[in-house]
Amino acid sequence: MHAMSSAVECRNVTVRFVTERRTVTALENVSFSLQRGGFLALLGPSGCGKSTLLRVVADLIQPTAGSMAVLGQTPEEARRDRALGFVFQDAALLPWRTAIQNVQLPLEVGGGPKSLPANAPTPRELLKLVGLEGWENSFPHELSGGMRQRVSIARALVTSPRMLLMDEPFGALDEFTRDRLNEELRRIWQETRTTILFVTHSIYESVFLGESVLMLAANPGRVREQVNIDLPPDRTLAIRDTETFVRVAAGLRKSLEH
Amino acid sequence: MTDAALPLPGVAEAEAAFRADQARERMKRRLLPLAGILGFLALWAALVYVLQVPPFIAPSPFAVAHRLVTDFPKLISNLAPTAIEAITGFLLGNIAAIVTATVFVHKKSLEQAFFPVVVILNTIPVVAKAPILVLLLGNGMEPKIAIAALICFFPTLVNMVRGLESVNPQAMELMRVLSASKTEIFFKLRLQNSLPYLFSALKIAASTAVIGAIVGEWIGSTVGIGALIIQAMYAFDSALLYATVIVGSCFSVLFFLAITLAERLVVRWQPPASH
Ligand SMILES: Nc1ncnc2c1ncn2[C@@H]1O[C@H](COP(=O)(O)OP(=O)(O)O)[C@@H](O)[C@H]1O
Ligand SMILES: [Mg+2]
Repeated sequence: MHAMSSAVECRNVTVRFVTERRTVTALENVSFSLQRGGFLALLGPSGCGKSTLLRVVADLIQPTAGSMAVLGQTPEEARRDRALGFVFQDAALLPWRTAIQNVQLPLEVGGGPKSLPANAPTPRELLKLVGLEGWENSFPHELSGGMRQRVSIARALVTSPRMLLMDEPFGALDEFTRDRLNEELRRIWQETRTTILFVTHSIYESVFLGESVLMLAANPGRVREQVNIDLPPDRTLAIRDTETFVRVAAGLRKSLEH
Repeated sequence: MTDAALPLPGVAEAEAAFRADQARERMKRRLLPLAGILGFLALWAALVYVLQVPPFIAPSPFAVAHRLVTDFPKLISNLAPTAIEAITGFLLGNIAAIVTATVFVHKKSLEQAFFPVVVILNTIPVVAKAPILVLLLGNGMEPKIAIAALICFFPTLVNMVRGLESVNPQAMELMRVLSASKTEIFFKLRLQNSLPYLFSALKIAASTAVIGAIVGEWIGSTVGIGALIIQAMYAFDSALLYATVIVGSCFSVLFFLAITLAERLVVRWQPPASH
């Protein structure tokens, strides 16, 4: 019953990659849970298995050991149900499709979404939601990096997914664009009420975005600590100057250092 | 913006001068190639005249121009079979290459088994393949079409396999997250991704298909650009020889331009990295 109310139930998940030369333990005995409607930031240095963990949730790889439940189902069932939206670091737009055609892609493949809510936003409305009204017919090469990433967020939202998986989506962007998109992502999360699992290696990003931060350690990838972020739900960039924010971020930094 | 309101001295003049400069540049870019061609023709005419080259060795450009006009019906009636062979061979060879590439990409073991065979067959030069095919296929259009097709096949196969396989790995993962079928991945991702690669191969194939058809006609043919070239050579009719070659290359250029135009219409988006 407990598992049914969770968006992600991860129990003792271990992932090993066996290559010709060596065996890498990307994740060891990782457990955590994420409530439906929650916003969890996965924080850790690069190589600690953040992408691997996200790929297990998305059914792109299978765990070597342990169990993973996604929205009360197996990851495969959740994927087949089209319950997940995935945002990659490089926006991964199809260059031959315009912005709006890229947003429409998830509706065209895999049999389309299983059930769209009656009030599901249209691709056009989603582009407006991410601030790209008027850019519908532009090709990716005509858009800036930040705009491309906005299109890919709109694309991930078009099937009204119950959960959004984001793998360092703003990692390749400049600081100004990144700040603005962070603010907008909080707004989108509040408007859509989608569960979000967000991977980052920035402490500030994780504190600003997450309702909770799961810190991972490297070699092998394992959970260091999970911290709840007690900041108000309505967050603007100014919150980063408040005493609470600074204290929480400093706490995370200290915890990552030892 | 206040700059627009400030009447800066000399700016308008500088802009006008810059624009005039650019216009001059553009004119130069158009006129220089034309001047080059005219210069080449003049040099050719001068050499033939000064060195008193006899007409059975090399014609003057005027003699060639004259033959192009007087023998126009003959040249065109010989171009027709060559064009049909080149275009048919081009279509067959490229379709076969695209189908083979599709099979290779979906069945890696077939690629590993047959790709070396294709590479070995490709090392046989056209002039060596031509007699073999004439023996196999007789003296009609078939061997010429086969040669044109074979010559197109290899570059298109190689490029097409590369285009179908070099898909952005994250786009591939996206398709998996979306539970896309193999057919959907092929048509919505791989095929689209391969188009710029395909067109660079097709542009090469457009000229090589014509070469293939002409070489095929060198062996015991009575019609076609290739046959006419051989006949003109044996008759020491250099003006007709040059006129024939010019007609053949004009067709090649038109074929190439048609493919370039098709590429502009089909690949409207900029490829990620211009090859
Ligand atoms: N497909 C794979 N094959 C082999 N090793 C891999 C593979 N994917 C990831 N790894 C290894 O697993 C570890 C964790 O990688 P990753 O999950 O990408 O880390 P992060 O996203 O936190 O930077 C790294 O050491 C990486 O080299
Ligand atoms: Mg990663």
